Amino acid sequence: MSEQITSKSAAAIDRAHREGRAALIGYLPAGYPDLQSTIDAGIAMARNGADLIEIGIPYSDPVMDGPVIQAATTEAIANGFRVASVFDVVRGITEATDVAVLVMTYWNPVVRMGVDEFSRRLAEAGGAGLITPDLIPDEASEWFAASDKYGLDRVFLVAPSSSPERLAMTVEASRGFVYAVSIMGVTGARAAVSSSAEQLVANTHAAGAKRVCVGLGVSNASHVREIASYADGVIVGSALVAAIRDGGVDAVGQLTKELSVGLQKPAAAATTQEEA
Amino acid sequence: MVRLMVDAQAASTGENAAEAFLQGGASLRHAPGPYFGSYGGRWMPESLIAALDELEDTFEKAKADPEFIAQLHELNKNYSGRPSLLTEAKRFSEHAGGARIFLKREDLNHTGSHKINNVLGQALLAKRMGKTRVIAETGAGQHGVASATAAALLGLECVVYMGAEDCRRQALNVARMQLLGATVIPVTNGSQTLKDAINDALRDWVTNVHDTHYLLGTAAGAHPFPAMVRFFHEVIGEEARAQILEQTGRLPDAVCACIGGGSNAIGIFHGFLDDPSVKIFGFEAGGEGVETGRHAATITLGRPGVLHGARSYLMQDEDGQTIESHSISAGLDYPGVGPEHSYLADIGRVSYQPVTDAEAMDAFRLLCRTEGIIPAIESSHALAGALRVGRSLTEGKENPADTIVIVNLSGRGDKDVQTAAEWFDMLDENGQVKGTTLSTRKPKGPQGSAADSSEVQK
Repeated sequence: MSEQITSKSAAAIDRAHREGRAALIGYLPAGYPDLQSTIDAGIAMARNGADLIEIGIPYSDPVMDGPVIQAATTEAIANGFRVASVFDVVRGITEATDVAVLVMTYWNPVVRMGVDEFSRRLAEAGGAGLITPDLIPDEASEWFAASDKYGLDRVFLVAPSSSPERLAMTVEASRGFVYAVSIMGVTGARAAVSSSAEQLVANTHAAGAKRVCVGLGVSNASHVREIASYADGVIVGSALVAAIRDGGVDAVGQLTKELSVGLQKPAAAATTQEEA
Repeated sequence: MVRLMVDAQAASTGENAAEAFLQGGASLRHAPGPYFGSYGGRWMPESLIAALDELEDTFEKAKADPEFIAQLHELNKNYSGRPSLLTEAKRFSEHAGGARIFLKREDLNHTGSHKINNVLGQALLAKRMGKTRVIAETGAGQHGVASATAAALLGLECVVYMGAEDCRRQALNVARMQLLGATVIPVTNGSQTLKDAINDALRDWVTNVHDTHYLLGTAAGAHPFPAMVRFFHEVIGEEARAQILEQTGRLPDAVCACIGGGSNAIGIFHGFLDDPSVKIFGFEAGGEGVETGRHAATITLGRPGVLHGARSYLMQDEDGQTIESHSISAGLDYPGVGPEHSYLADIGRVSYQPVTDAEAMDAFRLLCRTEGIIPAIESSHALAGALRVGRSLTEGKENPADTIVIVNLSGRGDKDVQTAAEWFDMLDENGQVKGTTLSTRKPKGPQGSAADSSEVQK
């Protein structure tokens, strides 16, 4: 992992570690139901225990997303969402809080704006970096250059299907943290956390990653508690999107608070788990 | 229109580049991927990379395995009916300035289109990988029917994703797939057409990749799909080249094909890419006219982007959101295009031009009435283009019959009869073919009334 650039995401995760817990990362798509709500909900997440926030760019062809996020992003686009407004959302949250704000985006909107231009504007807005679900390091040369130039984090994904060679290569390419996909599938709530997640986190750590966060299918405090016992951070998406859909900004704050309870656990237990 | 002229200029300078490329001795055939110039690659979630690696590995080994090649050849010959014919369209030719038009008869293959070439190859690979389930996307239903056919033949479970709007437009093909034992899942996301069916197929694949092969239907998507799908369709161009040499003693002046994702086109083009004297034309769906915005002319008016795993020309708005395409032909109604076509366009080896719905339907009717062949509406775009190319190449020529043009007749039009009947105003206000509802006899007995009452219950 390249560390010569100060990583905002890494700093946020390390701050949580110093408090003896894993980091909580919350996702919401920009512009759902409107831009101001996304900003307000981001602030509510930050004030209720989230350490990092992912703001998604609604995209016409979200192949890694399940029904809840698809429905939200489709509605945001139908309501006139424009890609450049994601920078306003990032700025609105970073100005009001001290959380790290990452943008999660499919790659074509970045290509269309220009990778350098997009990166420049994201850095200017105070953003920490990008999570790129359909960009693998093999295709990311432009993004390497721009993220180095503007000091942005590069969060690539690893999956249970990733080979040891690809794990090593992806860890090397990432900055901030590595996003471990808990299960083979798309985003959305699931009854239980996949057992493949723990092994993947262990393998990714063994491949040299300092920080590995787990996402996909994490929807309640019990999931958070389970994952927090072996990962550096826990990522929650669809459950928060369902919360803003059904109960607005207040419900997002409430759910974040409940989820963050899952992070609080005896430090001794955490140590045992990590050593195991 | 200005843009089109600029493009034509770029193409003509590019043509020199392509000729220089050929004279330099480098071949344009058998490009292995993952990149075709700056196009192609793997713009895909990490979760699927292992499956793509496995597929690439299996495909490379199979290609070099005489047993696999023999198996494929046997199926092509004794199941699909290859080689497909090359038919001279003498009466149709009269409308092309007198150029001799030859039709590569992919419409005569089993299941009625070129699609069978690719599905048999990929289904064999799925078996080699030990996968028990195949999934596919389909627009008009041709690829879905072909996939269901190959799955039935080889004993694989088959699930086909089809836009809900396309299910409505092509209900008969839904029934065909079901008769063949496939499950058809109507896709209600997004525009409910082909691109959304691909999205849902990818979501299925990422979830079930351990036992499932994604049988992608066109020469697009992430590596190795573009090069692999082309490989299975190269037989079209190889046969056509040998057949025209046999029938006329020389190479054609031009080869024409229609372009959606571009699989039939890349298959026939491939036979002629290294023949500098052969002009090659790809005809995209111009829909209601490229100036209306309602079209699927991806290379003509799109710009490079990434979608469904490859960098290629793409119909997109200023934000990089995919634009909905429009075409009377469901099979060409796709806002992307295979990456090798983007490359061949940029270097000027192939000229890509739009053909409108109206031009395609005129050519559709003309072929019906001059040759006794009902073509697919997709292929009718290539026919319309060939009329244009024939007229232009014979202009001012003393003996127009010296000009030879091959058209890839990629599919038959049985599936399009309903669309054509609507287009040519053959239906009454109830959607029945005019003149077919005059019978005064009552439907017979209990069967008739049972059918009636079940209609009412719906």
